[in-house]
Amino acid sequence: MSISLDDVKRIARLARIRVSDVQAAQTQDRLNTIFRLIEEMRGVDTTGVEPMAHAQDMAQRLRPDVVTEPDRREVYQTVAPQAENGLYLVPKVIE
Amino acid sequence: MPTPTLRFLSTLLAQGKASSVELCQDYLDRIRRLNPALNAFITVDPDRTLVEAVAADALRASGRGDVLTGVPIAHKDLFCTEGWLTTCGSRMLAGFVSPYDAHVIRQCKTMGMPSLGKTNMDEFAMGSSNETSHFGPVKNPWDHARVPGGSSGGSAACVAADMAPAATGSDTGGSIRQPAALCGITGLKPTYGMVSRYGMIAFASSLDQGGPMARTAEDCGLLLNVMAGFDERDSTSLQREKEDYTRDLDKPLAGLKIGLPREFFGEGLTGDIAKAVEEAITQYRRLGAETVEVGLPNSRLSVAAYYVLAPAEASSNLSRFDGVRYGYRTPDYTDLLDMYEKTRAEGFGEEVKRRILIGTYVLSHGYYDAYYIQAQKLRRLIASDFRAAFRDCDVILGPTTPGTAFRLGERIQDPVQMYLTDIYTIAVNLAGLPGMSLPCGFDGQGLPIGMQLIGDYFGEARILNVAHQYQRVTDWHQRRPEGL
Amino acid sequence: MQWETVIGLEIHAQLTTRSKIFSGASTAFGAAPNTQACQVDLALPGVLPVLNRGAVERAIKFGLAIGARLNRTNVFARKNYFYPDLPKGYQISQFELPIVEGGSIDIQVGGAVKTIRLTRAHLEEDAGKSLHEDFHGMSGIDLNRAGTPLLEIVSEPDMRSAKEAVAYAKALHTLVTWIGICDGNMQEGSFRMDANVSVRPKGQAEFGTRREIKNLNSFRFLEQAIDYEVRWQIERIEDGHEIQQATVLFDPDTGETRMMRTKEDAHDYRYFPDPDLLPVKLDETLIADTQAHMPELPQARQARYKTEFGLSTYDAASLTSSRAMADYFEAVATALPKPDPKLAANWVMGDLTAALNKVEMDLDDSPITAPLLAKLLARIQDGTLSGKLAKQVFEVMWGEGGEPDAIIEARGLKQMSDSGELEAIIDEVLAANAKLVEEYRAGKEKAFNALVGRVMQATRGKANPAQVNELLRARLAG
Repeated sequence: MSISLDDVKRIARLARIRVSDVQAAQTQDRLNTIFRLIEEMRGVDTTGVEPMAHAQDMAQRLRPDVVTEPDRREVYQTVAPQAENGLYLVPKVIE
Repeated sequence: MPTPTLRFLSTLLAQGKASSVELCQDYLDRIRRLNPALNAFITVDPDRTLVEAVAADALRASGRGDVLTGVPIAHKDLFCTEGWLTTCGSRMLAGFVSPYDAHVIRQCKTMGMPSLGKTNMDEFAMGSSNETSHFGPVKNPWDHARVPGGSSGGSAACVAADMAPAATGSDTGGSIRQPAALCGITGLKPTYGMVSRYGMIAFASSLDQGGPMARTAEDCGLLLNVMAGFDERDSTSLQREKEDYTRDLDKPLAGLKIGLPREFFGEGLTGDIAKAVEEAITQYRRLGAETVEVGLPNSRLSVAAYYVLAPAEASSNLSRFDGVRYGYRTPDYTDLLDMYEKTRAEGFGEEVKRRILIGTYVLSHGYYDAYYIQAQKLRRLIASDFRAAFRDCDVILGPTTPGTAFRLGERIQDPVQMYLTDIYTIAVNLAGLPGMSLPCGFDGQGLPIGMQLIGDYFGEARILNVAHQYQRVTDWHQRRPEGL
Repeated sequence: MQWETVIGLEIHAQLTTRSKIFSGASTAFGAAPNTQACQVDLALPGVLPVLNRGAVERAIKFGLAIGARLNRTNVFARKNYFYPDLPKGYQISQFELPIVEGGSIDIQVGGAVKTIRLTRAHLEEDAGKSLHEDFHGMSGIDLNRAGTPLLEIVSEPDMRSAKEAVAYAKALHTLVTWIGICDGNMQEGSFRMDANVSVRPKGQAEFGTRREIKNLNSFRFLEQAIDYEVRWQIERIEDGHEIQQATVLFDPDTGETRMMRTKEDAHDYRYFPDPDLLPVKLDETLIADTQAHMPELPQARQARYKTEFGLSTYDAASLTSSRAMADYFEAVATALPKPDPKLAANWVMGDLTAALNKVEMDLDDSPITAPLLAKLLARIQDGTLSGKLAKQVFEVMWGEGGEPDAIIEARGLKQMSDSGELEAIIDEVLAANAKLVEEYRAGKEKAFNALVGRVMQATRGKANPAQVNELLRARLAG
């Protein structure tokens, strides 16, 4: 199977990456080359195989319910693109 | 001067023949001289380095130092380092000064290892040539027209060019082992979970693993002793007793069973590499090891599975780079969506965007089972192959890469060719096993060749032992590029 | 045509942990913006989540309380979407394997009991807040709430009216606060409701297309929003339109619902297991321990109040609307010298609740504690106080504090128990009201009541009405 131009635009939108029409066409070519590489795995019979999500077969460790983090707002906000009155500023959010 | 290994520098410090400040100054001088041509460092900050060196000397003088106290090190620029730029090779983080230290950085600081700087890398560790870095490619010290490999290309090159005695790296599909091979140094990717990922900027969380890059297996062991260990802030960190990874270095190899996967010695392996690896095998037989053929039948699918799983995780991991709390924000936008889309289009390079798109696609509605779940099932099959192989052998040996260092620009327009560079290394990440690369010869053009040793889970001390015994009787790892 | 409403609720209960679900930052409400957002909550590059034991324990407690199945292995997944209050670009939630599945809860509407089935309850992290006040045309983002643990409780579409939905939401609110996993504070957003509403012609088996009303934070709004939505949907269909699946918001000012403009990627969240978090395995001893320490639940207590205390269904239900009230009631009832649960129930549901409601005070903060109220009621039981006097004492206790006995003593509010004194007063009243006495003798019972009233007036309410009755009848008969 191959990826259509609409697919490229749809996933670019989902991923919040702007692509021009020209870029979308180029990206489509590249992605299709990569998907030809990926395709070979799709034919493999994996019936009954348990998907492997983690490298180690371990259970999640649980953290005690204790407050350990102090307020470091000032430090954190020194790297913010735009902050004011302790808030991060973004273009208007409309719900 | 003998090879400036960590062991050697540690001895100099212990004997009072050099101070950390002096060592750091020497390395900083060399960086100043060589880095403009090699571009192995993104950030060098001599003042900070020397402040850390002074503290390290004091620590050693107080008697509370340890083996590596005072020995300088370089860090791949994906380890968050408080007060230092931490860019991950990306425009997205070009101005990001980390407000905290990664676990690995903290470990090195506690040991008193001054940082020589932050090394160049493929953007967000996505690449096998270091050409995807926003800060320009690193040059291979053996041939400046060639790539150092990637993604830990800066770390490999700086060690190869003696700009640092050792460096930290990270390995998601071969990013420590492949550049180590291409630059003629020794690098180890530990068992998944050995080295905390806390503060190591994520590429593909279930595959990423930090590790040491140095001249020798012994140095890798010494540095791993500092880097590894349980960290409660990483849920995937292994809770194991602290071990000394150098403990078995001197064990003789008599009776060792080396597995040779037939899939690694077939077509696609160029003459020089095949020859060098064969010679290494002969050397091991001389050291008393036996070889046994093993099969990793599903490993041929590892690249395909990897290019589903790694981009899928990456597409999600990189969503946090949205121009809101830190990092790059486009200067010009009309609304929120516009800000997001432009910030990410401008902040990420082509390869990173490509992988985000692949990952988004394979996770999206209607494709998840066919791609993502299928790839996870293949991952299980690949891991099972290794389990079966380790019933017949102690370590697995093969080439690290199908070829030696390629020319800058040669593969950057052909992502698939680039991806196949990691054909021998990727399966190890999928299984979560420890693997290392060490020099085993040179090709006809004088470029280093690496061989790969793969251990069973938690078999770090074992493969370091196997590598060390080889390095005792060979000098490939001591060769250095001319003209530096 | 006859229409039937179908409602399912998704309720987000904020869990009462001290720290966040994946970080060690505080969950306390009301801190200055972003002072409780640590590097993990801010999703700085390289940070990783570690699961809070307290959140898991609370989810287990909930699962046991509703008789659900606890998934011994459950998994956290990433729900991917972009929003400025979602720092990682994904929310860590549970998708394919939630911690709690199934279970049910009983509700009472119009005297009938109905069982509402639960689909699941899963753990997830809350998002931050977007503040829409104007910052030079921009929005401000406060991430203090980001990472606060939530239990998302999803019901089956078992409710058929707004009233049932409210009864279910209230029952759930009672339960989560009862077992102490959620503080239930709706103003602070600790208990938020989403309602999935659809309509279908009565008798039709398949569901209509649903619209989801997001983020309702009061039972009143829940009811209003559903009522509006149902009317709107029926009108649309009757006008020949089809309902489109949508997410809507309720505007309390207009009483209407409107489409949300964001979340256009809602259909493609790209869920996948979070590689940073391993499967959660529930410990059998923890489950057994939680079960062993489970408090008596509201429904069990309601049943007991009916059988053990002989209370009506209504009284039993009212008294178990919160654990605080039930505990208070029981403390009063069991402290009375003579068993009289009905007396305790009337005072707790009556005067006490009225006094609390008047000043919007929590029962826990009441100046009249259960032992104090019991002392007051004991004075009714032993005849020291009439009901009316007791109310006066109650008011003093509420307003000024103090022990009932001291107040009775200091204010001379003791019921008159000396019959000689009372007889003298009765004689005076009879002498002064000869006309009423005549009427009584002529057979007018009303005149007798008037005489009782006069006597009570003369004693300034301190006489025991029963005693007055008795003495008066004896005098008039004599």
